[in-house]
Amino acid sequence: MRVFGYRLSVGAWVGLMIVTINLLGAALAPVIAPHGEADLVGDVWAPISAHAWLGLDNLGRDMFSRLLFGARTTIAIAFLITVLSFAIGISTGFAAAVLGGWVDTALSRFVDALMAIPQLIFALIILSVMGTSISVLICTIAVLDSTRVFRLARAVGLNIAVMDYVEVARLRGETLWWIMRREVLPNALPPLITEFGLRFCFAFLFIASLSFLGLGIQPPFADWGSMVRDNAQAINFGGIAPLIPATAIAQLTIGVNLLVDWFLSLHSRGQGQGA
Amino acid sequence: MLKLIARRLALGVVTLWVVSILIFIGTEILPGDVATAILGQSRTPETVAALRASLGLNRPAPVRYADWLVHFAEGDIGKSLANDRDIGPEIRERLGNTMFLAGVAACITVPLSIFLGLMAAMRQNSIFDRLVNAATLTSISVPEFFIGYILIIFFSVTFEWFPSLSMVSDDMTFGDKLYSVALPAGTLVLVVLAHMMRQTRAAVVNVLSSPFIEMAVLKGLPNWRIVLEHALPNALAPVISVVALNLAYLIVGVVVVEVVFVYPGMGQLMVDAVAKRDVPVVQTCGMIFASAYVGLNMVADLLGILSNPRLRYPK
Repeated sequence: MRVFGYRLSVGAWVGLMIVTINLLGAALAPVIAPHGEADLVGDVWAPISAHAWLGLDNLGRDMFSRLLFGARTTIAIAFLITVLSFAIGISTGFAAAVLGGWVDTALSRFVDALMAIPQLIFALIILSVMGTSISVLICTIAVLDSTRVFRLARAVGLNIAVMDYVEVARLRGETLWWIMRREVLPNALPPLITEFGLRFCFAFLFIASLSFLGLGIQPPFADWGSMVRDNAQAINFGGIAPLIPATAIAQLTIGVNLLVDWFLSLHSRGQGQGA
Repeated sequence: MLKLIARRLALGVVTLWVVSILIFIGTEILPGDVATAILGQSRTPETVAALRASLGLNRPAPVRYADWLVHFAEGDIGKSLANDRDIGPEIRERLGNTMFLAGVAACITVPLSIFLGLMAAMRQNSIFDRLVNAATLTSISVPEFFIGYILIIFFSVTFEWFPSLSMVSDDMTFGDKLYSVALPAGTLVLVVLAHMMRQTRAAVVNVLSSPFIEMAVLKGLPNWRIVLEHALPNALAPVISVVALNLAYLIVGVVVVEVVFVYPGMGQLMVDAVAKRDVPVVQTCGMIFASAYVGLNMVADLLGILSNPRLRYPK
């Protein structure tokens, strides 16, 4: 099979399979899940058996079903965050690159200041005031994460903004929005796509960590980070319940990273050969 | 050179100042202020106004900011909203615990990762080098709590070597404390080790590809002399900055790890305070974490300037 006209490496195959399985599981959750998201079906932390493929959780809910439903919440929110952070990061980054001057300086210094605080710490501070509703979570992480996208988009945009065709578009009197969308964006796509994968992993791990700390997605929604938190006590009795959602988090991130690695290697090779 | 260092120090101070403004804006000016947060669902406009007055929130923002900053600098941090006690003593104790945990982790990680990174750089594309590569991918993909729970399963449930809950107190001996933080420190080491190792490798590989190394190889110098005498001194500046940046990363890792092991440190305190919406405690913890982060970044640059004569002169 070929993607974008390139042969997939072994790592990329594995990554693609992992991502596809996760997406299918999330999309088809109501169909495949043997039990409902909140159904109590047996004893607390019942071990793995034919009835419960991954055992039961801290309230006696089916772990496998909750993983499927959790995939929906976790992946959807992480995806939304990434899209939003790209929308903010790319538009401000390109604007800084195309306009230059004081706009560039002001935006860059502002981003520097935001990046001087560790993201988790900043997010905790904001959540303590605004509360942990899903919309606040999405906006907070997206804004904090867009700083990284801004840096990249500005750096890539600067190289493109000096090209003749951008100059031509300017002289034609095109608007800033048009230049950003029609001249800069198409030429900046490859590094941005790679970055999208990386930022998705970041947002995904970030939301999982916040949920694990009890400050992310709130019940009754199942999500992988809070499932780790809910089942954490099982570990003291030798149970592996918290490891199951934690493994789910790890495998999806590894899958996306494998795809990103492959895409990255394509791009660097392509440049050298003028492909 | 002094001028350069002074300039970097001044930049650090300015950054800290900006950080304090950002934290202040984050907690006090955003919609949904402290008073509404405390009162929650049962608020009425009158009770909110009364609480705002008693907390001093009705004063103009710049006045409150100056007041907060002065008090913070004096070490008089104020009272917790949750239990109305002075925050100072508790923060001091927790900060000590966190520094101990992070310190132990750093003492293990730094020498180990530099050593392993050098090894990987000397044997590029060997099996060892590939292992390092795979380990890095895994460690950036895996959340901190996953590593923590794996360690608990192995070392405290299966083998019962170390406690899964990490408690420290002042009356414990140093050895007891070390034993108690073994697993959380181990988790932190695993979290940053691969990254640090990988970046050390990249820095050394970069230097190894320069002409003077080829010259040394052609002269017939033994491998260890090439690495220790020719490559390492030149790779020192990037390696130091890698180390400091990863130590700064420990600051974030420590929050999650402390929660996993129920360790009485600042991270745990901050997470609890966020859940209770205890804003003064969150502000203080946030300010301390952010200062440590800014400080480590500054130290990285300063050591870089000191270790590399070429950086000592402004361009």
